[in-house]
Amino acid sequence: MHRRLAQRAALALLLLVRATSADVLPDDRADLFYSKYSGGGMDITGESVLVRKKFTENFAVEGSYFVDKVSGASVDVLSNASVIKDERKQKTATVQYLNDKTTYSLSYINSTERDYISNTTHFSLSQSMFGDLTTLTLGWGHTTDTVGENNGTALAWLGHAEDSSYSVGLSQILTKNFIADVNLEVITDDGYLANPYRSIIYVDPSSTKGWGMASQVYPKTRTSTAIQGQAKYFLPWRAAVTGSYRYFHDTWDITGNTYELDYTHPLANIWILEGRLRYYQQTHAAFYANVLPFNGYQNFEARDQDLASAENTTIGAKATYAFLPDGWKMFKRGTATLDISRISYHYLDFSDFKDFQTGYVPGTEPLYHFNATVFQLYFSMFY
Amino acid sequence: MNRLRSAMIVGVVLLASGCGIQPWVKPYERDRLADPIMAWDRDALSSAYLDHVREAREGSRGATGGAGGGCGCN
Repeated sequence: MHRRLAQRAALALLLLVRATSADVLPDDRADLFYSKYSGGGMDITGESVLVRKKFTENFAVEGSYFVDKVSGASVDVLSNASVIKDERKQKTATVQYLNDKTTYSLSYINSTERDYISNTTHFSLSQSMFGDLTTLTLGWGHTTDTVGENNGTALAWLGHAEDSSYSVGLSQILTKNFIADVNLEVITDDGYLANPYRSIIYVDPSSTKGWGMASQVYPKTRTSTAIQGQAKYFLPWRAAVTGSYRYFHDTWDITGNTYELDYTHPLANIWILEGRLRYYQQTHAAFYANVLPFNGYQNFEARDQDLASAENTTIGAKATYAFLPDGWKMFKRGTATLDISRISYHYLDFSDFKDFQTGYVPGTEPLYHFNATVFQLYFSMFY
Repeated sequence: MNRLRSAMIVGVVLLASGCGIQPWVKPYERDRLADPIMAWDRDALSSAYLDHVREAREGSRGATGGAGGGCGCN
């Protein structure tokens, strides 16, 4: 049930050629990856392997396999007595073909959980132009999902959903020290978009506790537009600073703003150290409510914490250690990377369900906040 | 109508001149841009994972380098 958004994340790694040039395929590499997320009542561990191989200078194949294990559940899921253990397996296959200044990529992703099956096809085209100063990338993707609900004893399939994504990106070399990048993406959804594990809460004077719960009702369509701009500058002492901003808006009336600042600093050609700060803020969906005046108050009703007004701040650090500088057998070099982030989440109109159970009158309970730690450790071998 | 014609002429001129643009940063001047610290995503697997973590708790999505479908998380 922790679902299809991972498909989107997987797609991010497909655009390896998005950097400064589209006329060279990336190096062969193999990665072993371990991750752990702890926060908000959840523990998620992830293990992944990725292998990438060029068969000619013009043709490459990449495959990855990812397993996510979840224990616990967030507070809005707890309110619905959901199952608290789950596992997701994701397989990705990509082929890339380079023809002169154009790179074509075709990918297929399958993600399977007990209560969620998702399949995505994605195609992208990157074109270098103007003396390789500019790279234009066009992308199209289509996903089909089958959504179910597992109440711990039985599984019920609830419906299907589809989405299509359309993206365009432009990467530009501005000076010999300065590059910039702009990305626009529109995504349209259609079908069963609600999360079956969340419930709305409404005032109910007829109940002794003063409130009641009911299923969420979501619109069956959603269209979102996001535009991101970022710039990276090479500093005089061999370090890089990156700034980025993303604006987001959708037909559910969520508006989001993301700001990020990164600093990268190598040490003695053995270490690369990186620090980052990120701030994110969003307004709530038009049909979101922490507590409704009564059940059926509006035609669409949701109390999903992801749709609430919220903000979060991330501070992160990453260290990459390079080993085997002279290579070993078939390997040219290797790296080991440790990455730790601390995220502080604050909700502006969402409260912890447990507070309802401890006697607060609905609407007077404190707002919810929590901290999460994200840990990553991975080894990369280049050959 | 005149505005449309003017816009078309400007567009054609821009496109035509674009074909003749000379790179103002020569290939031999791009050593700093080729440094690994200047890559947008040094480790795509890690970037994808962080995108996943963020989208699980945020309503926003897209335009971070990938494209596709997605929704909430437990």
